Amino acid sequence: MKTERILTMAQAISEAIAQEMARDNTVFVMGEDIGSYGGIFGATGGLLDKFGKERVMDTPISETAFIGAATGAAAAGLRPVVELMFVDFFGVCMDQIYNHLAKNTYMSGGHVKLPVVLTTAIGGGYSDAAQHSQCLYSTFAHMPGIKVVVPSNAYDAKGLMTAAIRDDNPVMFMYHKGIMGLPWMAYLEGSSNAVPEEAYAIALGQAKVMQEGADLTIVSLSQMVQKAMLAAYELQGQSIHAEVLDLRTLVPLDKEAILKSVRKTGRLLIADEDYLGFGLSGEIAALIAENLDTVVLKAPVMRLAVPNVPIPYSRPLEQFVIPQVADIVKAAQALLVGKLAKAVAA
Amino acid sequence: MQIDKEKLLWMYEKMVEIRYYEETMAAVYMEGKLPPVIQKGLAFDIGGGPVPGEMHLAAGQEPVAVGVCAHLSDDDTVVGTHRPHHFAIAKGVPLDAMTAEMFGKVTGLGKGKGGHMHLFDNAHKFSCSGIVGASMPIACGAALAAKKMGENWVSIAFFGEGAANQGAFHESLNLAAVWKLPVVFVCEDNQWAISVPKAKATSVQWVTDRAAGYGIPGIRVADNDAVAVFEATAPAIARARRGDGPSLIEVRTDRYFGHFQGDPESYRPKDEVAHLRQRDPIGLMSKLLKQRSLLSADEEAALVSKAQQRVTRAFAFAADSAYPDAQDALADVFVQDHAFARALV
Repeated sequence: MKTERILTMAQAISEAIAQEMARDNTVFVMGEDIGSYGGIFGATGGLLDKFGKERVMDTPISETAFIGAATGAAAAGLRPVVELMFVDFFGVCMDQIYNHLAKNTYMSGGHVKLPVVLTTAIGGGYSDAAQHSQCLYSTFAHMPGIKVVVPSNAYDAKGLMTAAIRDDNPVMFMYHKGIMGLPWMAYLEGSSNAVPEEAYAIALGQAKVMQEGADLTIVSLSQMVQKAMLAAYELQGQSIHAEVLDLRTLVPLDKEAILKSVRKTGRLLIADEDYLGFGLSGEIAALIAENLDTVVLKAPVMRLAVPNVPIPYSRPLEQFVIPQVADIVKAAQALLVGKLAKAVAA
Repeated sequence: MQIDKEKLLWMYEKMVEIRYYEETMAAVYMEGKLPPVIQKGLAFDIGGGPVPGEMHLAAGQEPVAVGVCAHLSDDDTVVGTHRPHHFAIAKGVPLDAMTAEMFGKVTGLGKGKGGHMHLFDNAHKFSCSGIVGASMPIACGAALAAKKMGENWVSIAFFGEGAANQGAFHESLNLAAVWKLPVVFVCEDNQWAISVPKAKATSVQWVTDRAAGYGIPGIRVADNDAVAVFEATAPAIARARRGDGPSLIEVRTDRYFGHFQGDPESYRPKDEVAHLRQRDPIGLMSKLLKQRSLLSADEEAALVSKAQQRVTRAFAFAADSAYPDAQDALADVFVQDHAFARALV
């Protein structure tokens, strides 16, 4: 019997890139410390040894130049995979992302093809403070022209990375540091799982039901999915059956999967590590509001996200603003108050 | 340096075509933008008429475009600026589709989604950007692709002297130098960053003074003259094609119109442009061709007439073309995925 091969998310991502590089010689990787270092978060580990410095290029700390160069190289027929360490650093090169990479296809009437994958690390939970802990996936999803992939586990990360590289459009691939399985940062172990050796692609725009349940839907993504799974396990002990939905990609957003689940459960909790205001959780709440003719809610929609403050440094402060497993449990209980009361009365 | 007759005539013809294009555009652009057909109280309506939006014209700057592009083939890449018409025409972008784009028509290069600052033509490897300094990183990418593909194609990043103070300039020059990319950075110094003169905004007298900081050649062209630009660019392009890396070229050129059409130009002396026009590069070139007996008066008249006809036909094509269906606004966010954008609504 063949035993399952368990990979960390970092290993799964670098394996996907390696397999696409082997399959297609127009694929190359560039970014800061992605060569001999293997990427600060391990997403490009081993690639330099396999493919050499012509295809695995360490760049100067010049994000405008190398992200712009990715756009130029993609327009000329290559498929760059470009890493920019932390999502928080995109401020220095945003013009090349949202004014060029995201818009040139549209402004050319669809004639310019830009198959660029931008990879970056997101998320907090380890006291790295306000400039190294944000998620910001909603920011990129907000601006038209970039697909946004936010995996929660190794199996999905590999298939989604393969799909991202094969996609003819710009894709932002955002991995949470707290699920990469790094030897130097605590991580949620559910993120390391069985990953087939052969290449496979997971179509962008398909959410995944991680666990079925009838009482409430927890819509989540990235590391928060792993937290939601732990919360769901705890809730099960209290006879609350949560359905956990992993969005996997924000653009395209699998609206049908969200609606289908909430139609079934009648209760929605959104667990999100981005900022609360004007973002993902509001978008999903709006989706439900716009479909109240076919969605019957048993309780108001509830949102868990980072309140609108920068991510603080001190551990108790950070843990307060980033939703934790206990917060998800509490929120679920609150959503189910009606049901619990009825059960007690009976 | 010896320039053959064909190149000289090509540069002259293209300069004539560009100038007539810009002058025609200047006139057409004002249609529907002035009283009495606009809102009462306004002196000018930027959103009115057949060619709405901002309009940046390049009359006077023709030598930069033709002097550089005379060295290029369809395989070489050009990335232009927000003032892009002269580059596009010199690179061979079809006038019909380019003009239709500015009219917002479905027959335009981008089916009316880009407009005059955002012209994309894959066939001639031409693009441009409305963002100051943005041409340089993208041109580096095209050069990187050429290098990876083992081709000796070069790529040109045009930019204005104002863009030399952008981070994108410094990052791109360093990246291109350290990776030996086949790119030539060509600065059009027309002295004005909208209203701010070069001397008030730039720490060095010449942008090319900065080339040394990146260990690359800097070549300055003091005259707004196509032959001088052609000659100065030759070694830079040869160096790039050999694989020896980038160069920085700066051309002192002249902007005859305002920053944009409708610019009151209160910042520059009233007689400045009249003065500049006395050394007009098209007149200079005409004189040179006659001196060398390369062009007779009859041949010149025919050349000018043909160039003007091409421009006139392009404007007629654009005017006669249809607007896109409004619903087409939802397509082309992503390639091969038109249904996706519709599903977002």
